[in-house]
Amino acid sequence: MDKITNVLIVGVGGQGILLASEVLSEVFIKAGLDVKKSEVHGMAQRGGSVSSHVRAGKKVYSSLINEGEADYILSFELMESLRWAHYLSKDGLIIVNKQQIDPLPVTIGKEEYPQDVHEKLKEKGYNTIVVNAFDIAKELGNAKAVNIVLLGTLASKLPFEISIWEEVIRELVPAKILELNLNAFKRGLLSNT
Amino acid sequence: MKKFLSGNEAIARGAYEAGIHFATAYPGTPSTEILENISNYKEIKCQWAVNEKTSLEIAGGATFAGARAIVAMKHVGLNVAADPMFSLAYIGAFGALIIVTADDPSMHSSQNEQDNRYYARSARIPMFEPSDSQEAKDMIIEAVRLSEEWNLPVLIRMTTRVCHAKSIVELGERTEVPIKGYTKDISKRIVIPAHAKKIHVELEDKLFELTEVSSKSKFNIIEEGNPHIGVITSGVAYQYAKEVFQEASFMKIGFSYPLPMDMILDFIIGKKFIYIVEELEPIMENEIKALITDLASVSALKSLEASETEDECDENNHEESCECEDCSEGYLDIPMIIGKSQIPRYHELSPDRLAEAVGESVVETREPCAVPNRPPVLCPGCPHRGVFYAIKKQKLIATGDIGCYTLGMMPPLNALDTCVCMGASITAAFGIEKAIPELSKKMVAVIGDSTFFHSGMTGLLDVVYNQGHTTVLILDNRITAMTGHQDNPGSGFSISGQPAPEVDLEMLVKSFGVKFVKTVDPLNFEECNSALKEAVELEEPAVIITKRPCVLLKRYKTRFAPFKIDKEKCVGCQACVQVGCPAISYLPKEKKSEINISLCVGCGFCKQMCKFEAIEQTE
Repeated sequence: MDKITNVLIVGVGGQGILLASEVLSEVFIKAGLDVKKSEVHGMAQRGGSVSSHVRAGKKVYSSLINEGEADYILSFELMESLRWAHYLSKDGLIIVNKQQIDPLPVTIGKEEYPQDVHEKLKEKGYNTIVVNAFDIAKELGNAKAVNIVLLGTLASKLPFEISIWEEVIRELVPAKILELNLNAFKRGLLSNT
Repeated sequence: MKKFLSGNEAIARGAYEAGIHFATAYPGTPSTEILENISNYKEIKCQWAVNEKTSLEIAGGATFAGARAIVAMKHVGLNVAADPMFSLAYIGAFGALIIVTADDPSMHSSQNEQDNRYYARSARIPMFEPSDSQEAKDMIIEAVRLSEEWNLPVLIRMTTRVCHAKSIVELGERTEVPIKGYTKDISKRIVIPAHAKKIHVELEDKLFELTEVSSKSKFNIIEEGNPHIGVITSGVAYQYAKEVFQEASFMKIGFSYPLPMDMILDFIIGKKFIYIVEELEPIMENEIKALITDLASVSALKSLEASETEDECDENNHEESCECEDCSEGYLDIPMIIGKSQIPRYHELSPDRLAEAVGESVVETREPCAVPNRPPVLCPGCPHRGVFYAIKKQKLIATGDIGCYTLGMMPPLNALDTCVCMGASITAAFGIEKAIPELSKKMVAVIGDSTFFHSGMTGLLDVVYNQGHTTVLILDNRITAMTGHQDNPGSGFSISGQPAPEVDLEMLVKSFGVKFVKTVDPLNFEECNSALKEAVELEEPAVIITKRPCVLLKRYKTRFAPFKIDKEKCVGCQACVQVGCPAISYLPKEKKSEINISLCVGCGFCKQMCKFEAIEQTE
């Protein structure tokens, strides 16, 4: 079977994950690939852990990525990268947004938020990039642009022309916040080590 | 033109292209976006229904007048609509009637994982099962054609991973057809026994003939591969099976009821192994095994007849291995059937789960890391929080219902005891009271506005009629919230955002005969708590309407300046933490609480819990 590119995007409900997976899918389509993406709506969006699977290749059957087969994991939140890391393939890469969102067991003081997430990932041998996407987005004037910053970092690792990415962002992002998002994308592109 | 569509968007597109005239639905994950997307096509009359039963009855009526109609619901919604569905199978569809059921294997947002393929069998309705968005669109168009040609409703069975997965779809044009018009036909439309007895015979004849139609359907196809190993599969399971059995021959079933029996027979005979890959119940498996049993009977009969006639085979001395024409005629080379003996009957499949089940190799993975759970929670500023906090304070039993407010069960609120199905909060409370009358003073039923309209009203009438003492809290947040904000009879707007009549909840429940009716602000603790205290003590039915818009609803002003905690005044008592707001954290090291001002929406509920006046608004 021809090689499929698997990208798993994870984070917390409300972080803009669905737009990110939408942009990524459209980039794959513009590159002439077959694409499937899968996510779950409803209850999961009330602040729960959210994931979106994107798969692209010559012909894609399953919309779900197997554990151990993700080429990239784009994690919008620190702790979520630990929850999903085992989905990564041996040579895969995790891009982690350095943002902490406390889950309920932590806010009510029942459990502790994991410390040194980056170290933990490295210890387990995961190839990891940590991006300060939340701070970059805030600096640009809108914390919600986190998703596009992270896509920028992902874009620097994928073999597609930057102009294709920008074209898709133009198509999918409302005009009012387009300029900001294009800047966010550029900043993400540069945060790739 | 090609577009990247979810299964739900593709169903909507299919309805448009198929010339559907009328569409209605009650929202329910994972089917909600079907009607939302249909409402973007101005050619289709579209409306939210009060529940699934009314939706199907209205759509059925539309077909009496010769229209093409579609309804969509989640799997459990079809239980509610089952009553009209069984009758409509007999009555038929004078126009076209398409019923979309969206099943939820793994229960991402549901209370059970019933397999609605059974409904096709028991109601005697043809069924299609798309495995991706393109098929979802194409099958709607084919289903409309079939429905009209055979005068039958048609079921489309979606699952979460088809509804909410996106793939590339080739778009077509709309075929516009006129509505045929109304003609009276009581022999078909009045299903009294005299008529229904005749119709049922005709229906069975139709289904028998449809078996052949199914064998010729473009949605039932064979993909040749290894001649010894065959996979029979339907729906999204096909996609997973294609990843796991890369060399096998495939029989992909899209027109899945009635099954294409001739075609299946041709496919399985001569193969050594047949894997039947289906999510949830062994439905195809059982029917295929029954088919094989039938064949075995025929074969046994033939051999019996042969032994009774004269001995043509070596003077009656042939052995089991004899392959002479007479002996082997009627015998079949039956393969080994592998289905639910290996593939689990519960939860959704995935390529790796399937591979593991059938003993194929799976990729080695690293150990998952242990991290705290991240359960869904009531949003900061959610009006339900006030209700559950009061219930918790009074240590009441609370029978719950279906909606965001099911989250009232989560810690630290822990304020819910039951959740059965739409509307069951009121009736379950009444049942508990029937068994132990004293509990009526320690118990409330909690139900959302939309759920109350859907199927809570009948339960409340039961309480009034049978002179119960049940206290009912109607959580009126002005919208159907959990499915993503759909309008309902209480919201004042239609699906297209136009003004619509707004039911007066107080007047409605008073007209039932409820005398104690109070409307309160759930985030005003004193007001809500004292109304609750008063109501449970009464020896009569009581209704409290807790009215405050969902905090995510943009139609109303729900966001105010955030609050903050004065660390000097905070003594670390955690009273504020106990309201369970995601914006409030307890810092164990400092022994203080903290409010995340980027999450806080300024509802001010926590401030009411602080005895030390440590919580104040920022502006």
